[in-house]
Amino acid sequence: MTAAATGVRATARIVARDDGRGGTSLPVLEGDGPLALRRTRGSGDEAHVMLVGAMSGPLGGDHFAVRAGVEAGARLRVGSAAATIALPGQAKGEARYDVRLTVADGAELRWLPEQLISAGGSDLRVTTHADLAATARLVLREEQVLGRVGEEPGRLVSRLVVRIEGRTLLDQELDCGPGAPGGWDGPAVLGGHRAVGQAVVVRPEFEDRPVSARVLGEGAAVVPLAGPAALVTAVAPDALRLRRVLDEALKSLG
Amino acid sequence: MSRAALLVLADGRFPAGGHAHSGGAEAAVKAGRVTGAASLEDFCRGRLHTAGRVSAALAAAAVLGVDPVRLDAAADARTPSPALRATARKLGRQLMRAARATWPSSELDALAREFPKGAHQPVVLGLAARAAGLGALDAAYCAAYESVSGPASATVRLLSLDPFDATGVLARLAPELDLVADQAVEAARECVDAGVDALPAASAPLLEISAEAHAAWAVRLFAS
Repeated sequence: MTAAATGVRATARIVARDDGRGGTSLPVLEGDGPLALRRTRGSGDEAHVMLVGAMSGPLGGDHFAVRAGVEAGARLRVGSAAATIALPGQAKGEARYDVRLTVADGAELRWLPEQLISAGGSDLRVTTHADLAATARLVLREEQVLGRVGEEPGRLVSRLVVRIEGRTLLDQELDCGPGAPGGWDGPAVLGGHRAVGQAVVVRPEFEDRPVSARVLGEGAAVVPLAGPAALVTAVAPDALRLRRVLDEALKSLG
Repeated sequence: MSRAALLVLADGRFPAGGHAHSGGAEAAVKAGRVTGAASLEDFCRGRLHTAGRVSAALAAAAVLGVDPVRLDAAADARTPSPALRATARKLGRQLMRAARATWPSSELDALAREFPKGAHQPVVLGLAARAAGLGALDAAYCAAYESVSGPASATVRLLSLDPFDATGVLARLAPELDLVADQAVEAARECVDAGVDALPAASAPLLEISAEAHAAWAVRLFAS
């Protein structure tokens, strides 16, 4: 971690490896400054890691990164201890949060962090790239909450890209808050909802047996992507109701 | 090139089937999110900066000669809703028929062979513009304008909205259409060197979600 007038730079790294004894080892588990990592009790052959925010942030000018690699046959679940709150900072410029995930053949990653809250006056660019091998499996949930209770949100640009063997399966960017292109809160995009999220599930078997598209209430849908994956997209009035609909949808996918 | 070809391609009467689609306006009206000129404007502005921006960049990139097969895959990745992917391909197929009859081109023929069920409409639009001798900016304008003109004219029918009000909405969006078309060409130029990841991926969650709901309705006025 380095701290300067430009903000904090921090990169956390995780590598998960099949330990050859029916479990998953973590040869690399490196926190960095505000990004602390803890191994928690796993289940079966799956290792569990908790991302613990040791400082608040990201603040304006901060650049955070997380790299997680799941090697062939390993199984990893990553969660976070609390919501991440994007806040305005002393340093100039936007904050960045880059997540790079790689999942090898026969490996599985469940990436299930808590919400990202865009606090008033903050300016954050989030990019999440998941690169998967042909037989990799992924469950990835991301949730954005626009503003703390009763607060106008900050600017949040969040891009999610999922690739299988280098082929892009999903590329979606949400741009919202003050300064975003017009109409972001209007009837085509968020319609006044303050919580928005998606969950991607990639499984090789979806190639032959894709999920059927279905609507879940007013603000959510489960759809098959153009490849071996399903996507849940949801908007909700608040974080609690968003989590409920996403988890219900994930459960229905088995 | 003849700039007048742009008027032919962008004309709502160009026989490419667009009139049967509301661009999500029918679902938004039913949900009570579009109720008059003001909310229609907000709807169109949101659609312009998301789906419109992506379509404009795809069309511009096709004019600049980026491989249409790659562009079509990029469109798939940017369209999670299978109902919207199916609509885009259906509109692409209809535009292909009209464009091949109007501006015969070996590139259009090749794309039609590659995608017998239809390529994504903006990709076909870009190649049609190219066949008509138009430029990337022309195609970007055409795609950006279509992203708002469809919902505006559909809402006239859906809400019995005064056509003058709907046209006023489009006129007020003109400066933003300029901006979106310019940005689309910039992204398309970047895409020539950097690949399709340089294209915008702006998403509109409500358009995606309500397209799935709309596709399941038993009775509807518009196909999408």
